Amino acid sequence: MSKVKVYVTLKPSLLDAQGKVIRVAAENLGYKDVASVRIGKFIEMEVNGKPENIKTQVEELCSKLLANVVIENYRYEIEE
Amino acid sequence: MKFGVVIFPGSNCDQDSYYCIKDVIGRPVEYIWHQETDVSGFDCIILPGGFSYGDYLRTGAVARFSPVMQSVIEHVERGGRLIGICNGFQILCEAHLLPGALITNNRLKFICKYVNLRVENDTSDFTHLFKKGELLRIPVAHHSGCYYADSDTVKEIEDNGMVLFRYCDSSGRATPESNINGSANNIAGVINKKGNVAGMMPHPERAVEGLLGSTDGIRVFASLVERMM
Repeated sequence: MSKVKVYVTLKPSLLDAQGKVIRVAAENLGYKDVASVRIGKFIEMEVNGKPENIKTQVEELCSKLLANVVIENYRYEIEE
Repeated sequence: MKFGVVIFPGSNCDQDSYYCIKDVIGRPVEYIWHQETDVSGFDCIILPGGFSYGDYLRTGAVARFSPVMQSVIEHVERGGRLIGICNGFQILCEAHLLPGALITNNRLKFICKYVNLRVENDTSDFTHLFKKGELLRIPVAHHSGCYYADSDTVKEIEDNGMVLFRYCDSSGRATPESNINGSANNIAGVINKKGNVAGMMPHPERAVEGLLGSTDGIRVFASLVERMM
């Protein structure tokens, strides 16, 4: 069994309206140094198989389902 | 000539679409359950609005992989017509049957109101009964309707006349203020290069009776009927 952590983020060229609102909220709380906020998704999966054997599966899953590559980037970590 | 309206778990404009075709347009129409794997009996398929699969992950992301979608893709490859309205448009972009993607409205609000649309393409199977530049009043109801595509794709869409409708003001000008959700170039609806797949965020099926405020949506479906005869 491998543990897979997937991080999905909006591409930098896209406006992240939620992130903008959170930045303003942080500023209103007194955190003036927060220059920007981007919101993404964190997905944890347990996948049967050893880390070295599941990379292709995880890659396909990310590009087909977990992220929309038109608007999002993804990266992942596979652990024992 | 037969229309089919796909029902996904969470679709909520399926009945409006069905009613529009059956009672307003007066053509045969049937519901298609999302588990269906054969849609070969239909000439035009409608993916209706709603919140398919609860909009989990991304709007349309899960519906795209439902059993019916493989046969819908085969229908498109055979040259069959397909229109996605609102959530249906989001599904078509997720399925890469249309270019681009729909993201959260730039002001983060769910927008539910009548909007002004300008007709950009009056030759497609879906819009040939309109006149280019004509102003329409059709309602929207969405939270993720901001049309996004990278600049090369937007250029390709524009250069090939693939924009069907644009958000505009009451004089027909596509201004930043009238761009309700922040869409690229005020785009409200697009068509694929082949010309048999269309998607739009506004709801033409909700603008088919004067009593409800507008009949501008009728001609989307009437255009289709005329081309398919």
